[in-house]
Amino acid sequence: MQFGDTEDRRMLSDMLRRFLAENYANDMRSKLAETQSGFSAEIWAGLAELGIIGALFSEEVGGFGGAGFDISTVFEELGRAGTVEPLLDTLYAGGLIADLGDEAQKELLAPVIAGEKQIAFAHGEPGSRYDLSHVETHAAQTAAGFTLTGAKSVVGNGAAADTIVVSARTSGEVRDANGISLFVVPVNAKGLSRKPYAKLDGGNAAEIALDGVEVPSSALLGPLGCAFDAIEFRAASAITAICAEALGAMEQAKDLTVEYLKTRQQFGRPIGKFQALQHRMVEILIDVEQARSAVINAADHLEGDRLTRERMVSAAKNLIGRTGRRISEECVQMHGGIGMTEEYALSHFARRLILIDHVLGDADHHLERFIALGKSA
Amino acid sequence: MSSVDYDAFRTEVKAFLANALSENLKEKIRLGLPMTKADHEEWHAILNDKGWLAVNWPVEYGGTGWDGMQRQIYEIEACLANAPRVVPFGLAMMGPILQKFGNDTQKAYFLPRILNGEHWWCQGYSEPGAGSDLASLKTKAVRDGDHYVVNGQKTWTTLAQHANWIFCLVRTDPNAKKQEGISFLLIDMTTPGVEVRPIELLDGDCEVNEVWFDNVRVPVENLIGEENEGWTYAKYLLTHERTNIAGVGFSNANLIALKAIAQKEQLNGQPLADNPRFAARMAEVEIDLMAMATTNLRTIAKVASGQAPGVESSMLKIKGTEIRQEIDDLTRRAVGPYAVPKSLDALAEGNNNEQIGPDYAASASVKYFNNRKLTIFGGSTEVQRSIISKSVLGL
Repeated sequence: MQFGDTEDRRMLSDMLRRFLAENYANDMRSKLAETQSGFSAEIWAGLAELGIIGALFSEEVGGFGGAGFDISTVFEELGRAGTVEPLLDTLYAGGLIADLGDEAQKELLAPVIAGEKQIAFAHGEPGSRYDLSHVETHAAQTAAGFTLTGAKSVVGNGAAADTIVVSARTSGEVRDANGISLFVVPVNAKGLSRKPYAKLDGGNAAEIALDGVEVPSSALLGPLGCAFDAIEFRAASAITAICAEALGAMEQAKDLTVEYLKTRQQFGRPIGKFQALQHRMVEILIDVEQARSAVINAADHLEGDRLTRERMVSAAKNLIGRTGRRISEECVQMHGGIGMTEEYALSHFARRLILIDHVLGDADHHLERFIALGKSA
Repeated sequence: MSSVDYDAFRTEVKAFLANALSENLKEKIRLGLPMTKADHEEWHAILNDKGWLAVNWPVEYGGTGWDGMQRQIYEIEACLANAPRVVPFGLAMMGPILQKFGNDTQKAYFLPRILNGEHWWCQGYSEPGAGSDLASLKTKAVRDGDHYVVNGQKTWTTLAQHANWIFCLVRTDPNAKKQEGISFLLIDMTTPGVEVRPIELLDGDCEVNEVWFDNVRVPVENLIGEENEGWTYAKYLLTHERTNIAGVGFSNANLIALKAIAQKEQLNGQPLADNPRFAARMAEVEIDLMAMATTNLRTIAKVASGQAPGVESSMLKIKGTEIRQEIDDLTRRAVGPYAVPKSLDALAEGNNNEQIGPDYAASASVKYFNNRKLTIFGGSTEVQRSIISKSVLGL
């Protein structure tokens, strides 16, 4: 078993780690928080130039990767550096376009991969929580196309996006998997309004209102009413990505804490000499290894059959949710007060590890899902 | 990497186990009944005939020569088939020590007798005053001509009641620093002055013993390697030969058994497995096990690429034993009130009409209590944490 470890991926990861180490300063995030997009245009251009955005997509749509382990390789490094750039949203929305798009729609991806255009996937709604099939927003068919009406909430990169993939119901009941359709909508479409805001852990999001937005038939992405399977698959790749990002963040939080235990002096010696802290640090180390294995399991099965893939993905997100919380809290606790200051790097990783549990389903959601999937196994 | 066809290997293992195991052995393992000496010997002999007894010995000594992945596959399949475990003291411990540090005479004499069952080994490490702090051991061996004269006491000696040989760490230089005055000695337990006394444990069984040495004369040719170098040899085992430390095979099989019990047990007219609280606990441990199994494979791959598994063994031991104990705890809970009756003995004696509750319930508590040992023996969880803290974290 190679666990996805190839020469190419090692080069990708080394290159990305070097680029981010050189260009991603810790005080950058707080400066970026003041901007509309919440992220750095220079870093985004740099990532595009290095081919990092392309690594998330297959050659067929102009990328040069796209496999589970390509995704996990990239996101682990993003997590380690604590980046706030919207690669997750790019992967999620771009993946749907890559999987379902016709020739004209797929052409949207070239400027995305080149770093020139921003995209987002507007799927979650005020009442949907983490349920992927909960879609109340509806699309009424008209002579010229469709009219979209509804509300989308906490749309990642929704404030910066130029184009948004919107899910809307064309048939069925609110929580039916059947009857969900996707539409490619430019943000300047009439009737689409955005309430942009910053996220607590960096980057941007938006609440999006669709008030009778008229789109042409050509805006329909994929077959009418049958988008759920594609959404579920792309959610799985996005979850794999965010789990890998969490793994990188865990590694960083762990390294910062070990370093601190060695240098911080109290009672006349480094606090790392106290067994109470040593043993807790070891538990973190074991948690990180478990998290790494969970990410490997998810990435390894992303291209496999649906049931195994979804079980692995829910297992990973559950484990990452549990261990992420423990690592975040323990690292802050072992640092003491300094760990809570915004100025010190740990605070970002601690915050990110907690909030990752609120994206694409938390530990409880995925535990229940894992159990339900086990019954159909 | 190796060119072994692992799928074919797994098929071969499954086929062998399906044929080789007697109904008696399978049923005993399924029900968690105590294994007799004859049971162990039956299974060892079957494996030895097949050439599969010594899974981590090289072929030249009569082992399988399997790589880590093959051993892992075998372990998983053997547990699923309800095969008894192989008693590790001769095969997993004494064998590798002899192969690495024994002289030619010792190897030629002892290794074949481990395989053919003539020698049953036990491990004489722990003492009443030397548990986690093993190097503080006091059992002493004093040179007297061609013999060492051994005096002292070992404890927690697993299955010493069946053994005829014991490998011991003994103090040969009382003036040296802790680890430096220790030697590795092989002792024939039929020698006058050796006495085995059983220790009854909280599970009601006598798996472990005290072993007393009263002026026991041991020929000097039974010394392994150099005098006062015994600690090095013992440590070698801890870092290089700890196969199966994660217990993936046990956890995997026990989790499957637990799920089956939870389907049969009813709560409010529904299978216990459908109770959200119980289902959540089972799912969490399954998720932890899935990740740990991959951590274990990563370690195996690391070893295959020539790196020594040092600290990984410690991590796998901590996590693996935690998972096994959690599954045991859930199994005990799953059987509800039937965890209470002392019914295993009746079941073992075949008094089926005296059976109380379902047969799978009889061993649930006993297993739970017995396996509290997992986080204590072989270096307790706390000792493992201190090892990791020192070697990986540099704290």
